[in-house]
Amino acid sequence: MCSGRVDLDLILKAFEVGHDGVLIGGCMLNQCNYVTQGNYDALGNTYIGRNLLARIGLNPERLGIEFMSGGDGKRLADAVNGFSANVKKLGPLGEAEGIGRAEMGEALAAVRSMTPWLKLVEREKLRVPERTEEGYHRFFASEETMRLMDEWIGGTVTIGRILHLLRRKPHSTGEIAGFLKLSPSEVARHMNTSSRQGWVAYDIDSRRYSLPLGQE
Amino acid sequence: MVEVLRHPNIEVLSYSEVSRVEGSAGDFRVSVTRKPRYIDEDICTGCGSCVKYCPKPSPDLFNREIKDGKAVHIYFSQAIPLVAYIDENCLELTEGKCDICRGVCQNKAIDFRQTAETVEIRVGAIILSTGIAPFDPAAVEDYGYKRFPNVITGMDYERLLSATGPWQGRILRASDGKHPGKIAWISCVGSRRVTAGEHSYCSGVCCAYTQKQVILTKEHEADAECTVFHNDIRAMGKDFERYYQRAAELPGVRFVRGYPAIAGERPDTHNVVLRYATANDGVKEEEFDLVVLSVGLSPSADSRKIAGTLGLELNAHGFARTSYANPLGTSRAGIFVSGGLQGPIDIPESVFGASGAGAQVGELLDYRRGLLAEKRVYPPETNCAGKEPRIGVFVCHCGENIASVVDTRSVVEYARKLPNVVHAQQQLFSCANNSINEIRELATGKGLNRVVIAACSPRTLEALFRDTLREAGLNPYFCEMANIREQCSWVHSKQKEAATQKAKDIVRMSVARAGHLEPLQGFDLPVHKTTLVVGGGIAGMTCALALARQGYPVHLVEKSKELGGMARRIHATLEGMDVQAYVQEQVGAIYRHPLVHVSHGASIRSVSGYVGNFTTVVEAEGRTREIRHGAAVIATGADVHRPAEYLYGENERVLTHLELGERLALKDAAVAGARSVVMIQCVGCRNADRNYCSRVCCSHAVKNALKLKELNPKTSVTILYRDMRTYGFKEDFYREAADKDVAFARYEPENKPQVEAAVNEQGEPCLRIRVADPILGCQLELTADLVSLAAAVIPSASTREIASLFKLPLSPDGFFKEAHVKLRPVEFATEGVYLCGMAHYPKHIEETIKQAYGAAGRAMTLLAHDTVAASGSVCEVNEPECVTCGACITACAYGAIEFHEGPAGKRARVNPILCKGDGLCCTKCPTSAIRMKHFTQESLLSQIEAAVAQV
Repeated sequence: MCSGRVDLDLILKAFEVGHDGVLIGGCMLNQCNYVTQGNYDALGNTYIGRNLLARIGLNPERLGIEFMSGGDGKRLADAVNGFSANVKKLGPLGEAEGIGRAEMGEALAAVRSMTPWLKLVEREKLRVPERTEEGYHRFFASEETMRLMDEWIGGTVTIGRILHLLRRKPHSTGEIAGFLKLSPSEVARHMNTSSRQGWVAYDIDSRRYSLPLGQE
Repeated sequence: MVEVLRHPNIEVLSYSEVSRVEGSAGDFRVSVTRKPRYIDEDICTGCGSCVKYCPKPSPDLFNREIKDGKAVHIYFSQAIPLVAYIDENCLELTEGKCDICRGVCQNKAIDFRQTAETVEIRVGAIILSTGIAPFDPAAVEDYGYKRFPNVITGMDYERLLSATGPWQGRILRASDGKHPGKIAWISCVGSRRVTAGEHSYCSGVCCAYTQKQVILTKEHEADAECTVFHNDIRAMGKDFERYYQRAAELPGVRFVRGYPAIAGERPDTHNVVLRYATANDGVKEEEFDLVVLSVGLSPSADSRKIAGTLGLELNAHGFARTSYANPLGTSRAGIFVSGGLQGPIDIPESVFGASGAGAQVGELLDYRRGLLAEKRVYPPETNCAGKEPRIGVFVCHCGENIASVVDTRSVVEYARKLPNVVHAQQQLFSCANNSINEIRELATGKGLNRVVIAACSPRTLEALFRDTLREAGLNPYFCEMANIREQCSWVHSKQKEAATQKAKDIVRMSVARAGHLEPLQGFDLPVHKTTLVVGGGIAGMTCALALARQGYPVHLVEKSKELGGMARRIHATLEGMDVQAYVQEQVGAIYRHPLVHVSHGASIRSVSGYVGNFTTVVEAEGRTREIRHGAAVIATGADVHRPAEYLYGENERVLTHLELGERLALKDAAVAGARSVVMIQCVGCRNADRNYCSRVCCSHAVKNALKLKELNPKTSVTILYRDMRTYGFKEDFYREAADKDVAFARYEPENKPQVEAAVNEQGEPCLRIRVADPILGCQLELTADLVSLAAAVIPSASTREIASLFKLPLSPDGFFKEAHVKLRPVEFATEGVYLCGMAHYPKHIEETIKQAYGAAGRAMTLLAHDTVAASGSVCEVNEPECVTCGACITACAYGAIEFHEGPAGKRARVNPILCKGDGLCCTKCPTSAIRMKHFTQESLLSQIEAAVAQV
C-alpha cells in the first residue's frame, strides 16, 4: 500500500472520529522504490483535504504530510514531534475553532459523503501540471486553482452539508442558515439550485425543505 | 536467520567445527565435530531460566565482555537456534558442584553427560563463510586499549549503541558509568599501517562505520561533541559520499585530518588525552571523555586452521587465495568462499558474493539439481467463510526489546477484553521456533481463525508468521502484525507508561482490522526458463555463462558490434590480471556455448510482461525478434565522463587515465617517453553535479603510475588527489608507488589545480600545473609532459531508456537503484529483474565478476522453480459498480488495468499478475468499484475508528 492510497475518505474519517490532527507519512519525493510516485497523489490529497477543512471552519494545519525514507528514524521522530506539538498548540478539534462538537461532526460527515464527487473534481479540474513539490505548492496556491476549488468544491460542500442536514429531518431556510452559519439569502440560492436538480423537495404547508421521497 | 533455520533444505549445525575434509569436487566427505552444549538442542526452548539462576559469571562474548554474562549463555537474543550452551567456566563442569540449572529447567534439557561427537556429511561442494574478526588493538601497546578504561574499539562501541547491548542502548563509559559528552574516533587502527601486529591493507569499512556511529551518537545525545581523526576519507561505496557529508555537517561534529597519539589519561577523571598536529597551532593536546578506536578487519582467528584442514592456500594477509578470473573460488576445486574470508569487504559485496558462490555451486552440481530437495507440505486450508472471527493475540517480549519498556502483561490482559479475541498471551520471542509451534498449536487447538502478532515491523517477519498460519491450516492473509517495537518500545523507551498505553492502542487497532481480513489466494505463475541479459561486457558475459552452464538458455543483447564493453579498453588491472586475455576467453566461451544466443548492434524496442513471463522485442542488425524470457539481467555498464576542464580536448598532452592506460599498454612513444606526468584525481565527480566517488580512479592512477615507473624509473610522477581511495589490498600498491617515488600531493576542492600550456627550459612545449598545497600552505608549481585526468565514471547513455523500458528506478546519481542497498544489491524491486556490473555503480573488474555471479545466483532462485507465487493482496473491480471512467487505468503505473467487453458493456479489469498492490486506483475511483484486497476501505476505516475507541 502506497501513501497515495490514503484518500480523503480515510483522512476525513480520522477527524470525524475525533483525532485533532492527521499526519500522512510518505516516501521521499522522486525516490519512489517503485515507478508509481504515488506520494505526489498523497501530496495532492493533502492540499485538497486542507482546503476542505478550511471550508468547514477547521484549521487546515491539522492535516500534515511528511516525506522520509525507511532509514530516517530521526526524521520521522522530528516530524511526529513537531506535528504533535503544533496540533497541541492548535487545541482540541472544533473546540479551538469555536465549532460545536455536533456541528463539526455533521460537517465532516457531510464532506466525507462527498468523497466520490471530490474524486471526480480532482481528476477533471485539479490536474497538477508539474510533478515537483514546488510545482504542487505553486498549483494549489495559485489564484486559478483557488477559483476552481471555490467553483467546484465550495458550492458543493455547502449543498452537501444542506443535504446531510435534511437527511435527519426537514428544515426551513432559516434553520439551515442558522445551523451552517450562512446568510439566509445564500441558503435560498442553494435551495433553488438543489430544487431544480430535484435533490430537495419543498413542503408548502410546513415551509420546510426535505429530501425527495425515497431518499431520506 | 529465521528463514535459514526454517528452510526445509537447510540443516543448521551450530557450535560445530569442521575437523576433516576428504574427497573432491562433487563428492566430499566432511567430518564435523559437534561440541557439547550440555543442553539438548531439541528440547531447549530458549526461555532463559537457566541463565537467570546460573551463579557463575562468565564473559559475555557477544557484548564484547563489557559486562559479564553467565556460564550458561544464549549467545545473543536473536540467536539461531535459540538454544543455550554451557561454557567451560561452569561450576558443575569444573568442580562438580552446582547443578542449579538442571533443577530450574522445566523441560529437562540440561545434560552434563554430553560429549563431543563427530558426524560425517557427504556434500558436493563447500562454501566457506567463516567471516572476519575485528582487529584487536591490545596487540599494540600505544593504543592504550585495555590499559585505559575509556579507550574502546569500534566494535565495543557498536555494542554500546545497540538496544540489545550491555546497557540497552545507553552509551556509558567504563570508568564511571557516565554518558561521555566528548568522544573521539581514531581511524585506521590496525589498518594501513606497517607497524608490527597491524595490517598493511585498508579495511574498507571503517570510514563508513565511524560516520554511522557519529550519526547514531548524535541521535542518542544531541549535545555530544564528536571528533573523527582520519587519514583519507574512503567513501567509495554507493551513496557513501552523501553519507559522509551528512555526518560531517551535523552540529558539534569535527573531522580532523591526521593520526593522533594517545598521550595518556587523566588520573582523576580517566579522560583520555590525545596529541595531534594541527595546521596552524602546531602540536596540540586535547582531552576526551571517550576514545573509540575505529579498528579494521582481520582474518578470523580460525582461518589458518580452517585453511589447513581443507588444504587451501591463503594470501599474504591470511585471507583465501583466489584467482583474478574467479574471486569466489579457492585453490581447491569445489570449495568456494563468501564473505570475509575473501578479504575486507562490506555488506553488499558479502551478499552478492554469497549469491555468486551459490551460483558456482549450481554450475558444479547442476546435474544433480533437486534430487535431495524437500518441499514444505501444508495441511489443507480450513474454510472460515461466514464464521465469526476468533482472534488470537500474541504479544512478544522480544527479549528486552519490547518488555523492558512496554508492560506486555497488561497489554495481554487488555487484549483479552477486546471484541472477538478468544485468546491472548505473551511470548519471549514470537519468532523463535518454540513460539511458532505454540502459535500453530493454539490456532488449531483453540479454533483461532485470525492471528494478531504484537511484535516488530511486518517488514521483518510477516512472511514467517503468514507461513505459520499456513502450517496451522489457516489462510496466510489472516495474519495481522501490530508493530509495538519499532513504532513503540524503541521510540518511547523513556516513557514506559505512555508506551504501554500506545501498545494497547496499536493492538486494539490491529484487532479491529483483523476482524475484516479475508482469505486471499496468491497463485502460481509458470516460469519461462530463459534469461535476457542486457549488455555484453564482463558483467553480462559472466552472468550469461553462469546461467548457461547450469542449463538455462540466455539471450545476450549487446548494443555495439562486439562483446567486451569497457574492458576492451583496459589491459591489466592493478593486481596484474591480463584483462584482454580474460575478455577473449569469455567471448570465446559465450560464442561456443550452445545455450547462449548473442545479438549484436542490438536495441530493445519494448518490454512487456512480468516475473517469469517477459516478452522483449529486440532489434538487431536489421532484424526484429520477440524474445520470451522469465528473468532479465541489467548489465549495461557505464561510460567515462568527458572532462571539460584542465585543457582536455584542447591540448594533446592532456589525457584521461583510461587513454593513458591504453597508450601505455601499446608502449606508445609519446607516453612511454614522458619525463614527467601529473595526474589529477576526481575530475567530474565528487562535486555538485555528481555527488559521488567513482571508486576506481585512485587505483587506476596508481596502476598507471607503477606502469610508467616500470617503463622508465626516472619518469617523475605526481598524483594530485583529494583522498586516496585505494581500499582493501589495493593499499599495498599505493604504498609501493610511494616507495617508488611517485609523489602524492593533496588538493582542496575549492583550490583546484590550474593547468596551462607552457614551454620548458629547453624551449619544448609542456604543461604547467599550479596547485595550493594545504599542508605546506604554499603554491606548488609543476611542469609536466603529460597530464592525466581521473575522469568520472558516469551512468551509461542508455540507462534512462532501459530504466523506462523495464520500469526500473534510478538512484540520485543516475545509476540503477537496487531493491536494497545492503541486503538486496543485485535485485530490483521489480521482481524477476536483476542487476550487475557498473550499471549498479562504478566498480573494479573482480567486483564486477563477483556481482555478475551474484545476479546469476539470484536469477537461479527464480529459474530453478517451475512456478512463481504471486501476491493475493491485489486490486479487483466490482464490475456492476464500474462507470468506465478510466480513472483507475490512468492511475496505474504498471498497466495492470484495462477495459474489457463484458456482458454489461465495457468495464475495467485488473490483471492480478501485474498489480503491485499500491492501491492508487482505489483513491481515484469515484464509485469505489475498485477495491484493494487485504487493505480494504472497511479494514482501514475500522482501524481509524479503533484508534480512538476506548474499551
